[in-house]
Amino acid sequence: MSRLVLSGISKSYGAIQALSSVSLSLEPGQVLGLMGDNGAGKSTLVKIIAGNFAPSAGELKIDGKPVVFHKPKDAQREGIEVVYQDLALCDNLSAASNVFLGREAMARLGPLRYVDYRHMNEVAADLFKQLKSETRPRDLVRKMSGGQRQAVAIARTLLSKPKIVMMDEPTAAISVRQVQEVLDLIRRLRDQGITVILISHRMPDVFSVADRITVLRRGELVANKEASRSSPEEVTGLITGAIDAA
Amino acid sequence: MTTIEHAIARSEHRNLLARMMNLQLFWVFVAAVVACLALTLLTDTFATERNLFNVARNFAFVGIIAIGMTTVIASGGIDLSVGSSVVLGAMVISVLMAGGMGFWLAASLSLGIVLLVGLLNGLLIAYGGMPAFVVTLGTLSGVRSLAMVLSDNKMMWEFGPDHGLLLWIGGGSTLGIPHPLYALALLAMIISLAFKWTRWGQYVFAIGGNENAALLTGIPVKRIKVSIYMFSAFTAGLAGILMAGWLGSVTTNLGQSMELTVIAAAVIGGANLAGGEGTAIGAVLGALLIEVIRNSMILLGISTFWQGMFIGTFIIVAVAFDRIRHFRS
Repeated sequence: MSRLVLSGISKSYGAIQALSSVSLSLEPGQVLGLMGDNGAGKSTLVKIIAGNFAPSAGELKIDGKPVVFHKPKDAQREGIEVVYQDLALCDNLSAASNVFLGREAMARLGPLRYVDYRHMNEVAADLFKQLKSETRPRDLVRKMSGGQRQAVAIARTLLSKPKIVMMDEPTAAISVRQVQEVLDLIRRLRDQGITVILISHRMPDVFSVADRITVLRRGELVANKEASRSSPEEVTGLITGAIDAA
Repeated sequence: MTTIEHAIARSEHRNLLARMMNLQLFWVFVAAVVACLALTLLTDTFATERNLFNVARNFAFVGIIAIGMTTVIASGGIDLSVGSSVVLGAMVISVLMAGGMGFWLAASLSLGIVLLVGLLNGLLIAYGGMPAFVVTLGTLSGVRSLAMVLSDNKMMWEFGPDHGLLLWIGGGSTLGIPHPLYALALLAMIISLAFKWTRWGQYVFAIGGNENAALLTGIPVKRIKVSIYMFSAFTAGLAGILMAGWLGSVTTNLGQSMELTVIAAAVIGGANLAGGEGTAIGAVLGALLIEVIRNSMILLGISTFWQGMFIGTFIIVAVAFDRIRHFRS
């Protein structure tokens, strides 16, 4: 059964059609490279899946069940997590605190409840191990490399055992070596059966991890095919409109 | 367990001394100790019991409010209205007690009214989206004016049936230690624990570190912000009540420009004006250092007119220190 099915998703702002009838389906453990120029409708699509706003028309299904999201929490409950472009990390807190931010583990001492750092550190260390990242749970995020910061942001999504992780430009602002680290992290998610939607402008990164490539142009889905049967040249053509559709 | 994972899991590999040398707190403490030693040698008045008692009591008031201010600053905000909340708190309790009300009820009402000032600050900042600097600058002016209206700008010095109790609570001592110091120690202990071990503490620092991240991860940022400004107002009100008892009289210029001393104490104690850093112990040590130096200026015969210059310089130097530290790392 497909993990995520979008059928006929449209979104219009008054007279402006941001998305017109986008349909697509994703399997568990698949990595989708979502590509398109600025303003092509990528972020609109991502925000609809993440529950930031509702589509004007169309339907979302998760594991065959139709879902309607009114707010991001609804999407989270269905197992959809987002890694934001700026990662949404607090530099002044430890990696473990960031992983648990807003969902702190609490322990009891008589009538008192206190933040259970030991448990949080253990769980975070375990998540980093799963991701094969050399990130120490007690270190401050301020002192971390770009790749380690990504690992913290991704570990946060894993905390709730997600079905779908969407990543917004994860490789846009980091060094070449760290890009490899992040791509490895994405492969780890895939290996756990998580569906990954990767939004990126960087062609080589997308082609090295994605199973499928989807191209949006002016709100329309112009391509949705296996990555192995496409090429950077073709995708560039599709994004700019030099190639009509594929 | 001494596996490699265990070693990796440790946050720091440096030794204790190296870690302490990196702490601003450590240097503030050293500075305070050095100042005390120098004064003991230079003057024969500093190390007297009477003077030490005065220093301890004076720094307690600034220290109490500096703990509230540290909370505000750690969350990335600022509260300029604390000096005015001090006088409002002191004025409400003295007017009520002069009218015949008992101490405990009057103190509760006084704290309640000061909490409303904090509530107003918090609501305008968190829900109104206004800059903390502007909002609290407004209440700085408004609240002091309210205290003047309340007292008709007269000096209050008669506190009704519980007169003696108020003076004892604010100005008395138990086991040779002035009462405000007990209040400071208790508050510092509770808030130190709250910063580290409660969700509220985590959220204060998360908001100061990255407010947007706090919002995206579902932290109730607005409610936490309101609670922070109410806590700051509470510390100011508490100090106001204690000061009323200490001085035995309340005038409308009580706590004037105290916000600057308090901010200086918090910043010297390691609170980062950019948000995300600060400790209750730091606020206490910062207040102590300022009071020791202020006291030493008086004992050494330096004109009190220089005190403003000294506090202003301290704020700037402390912030400059912080810039250098972050530049290095």
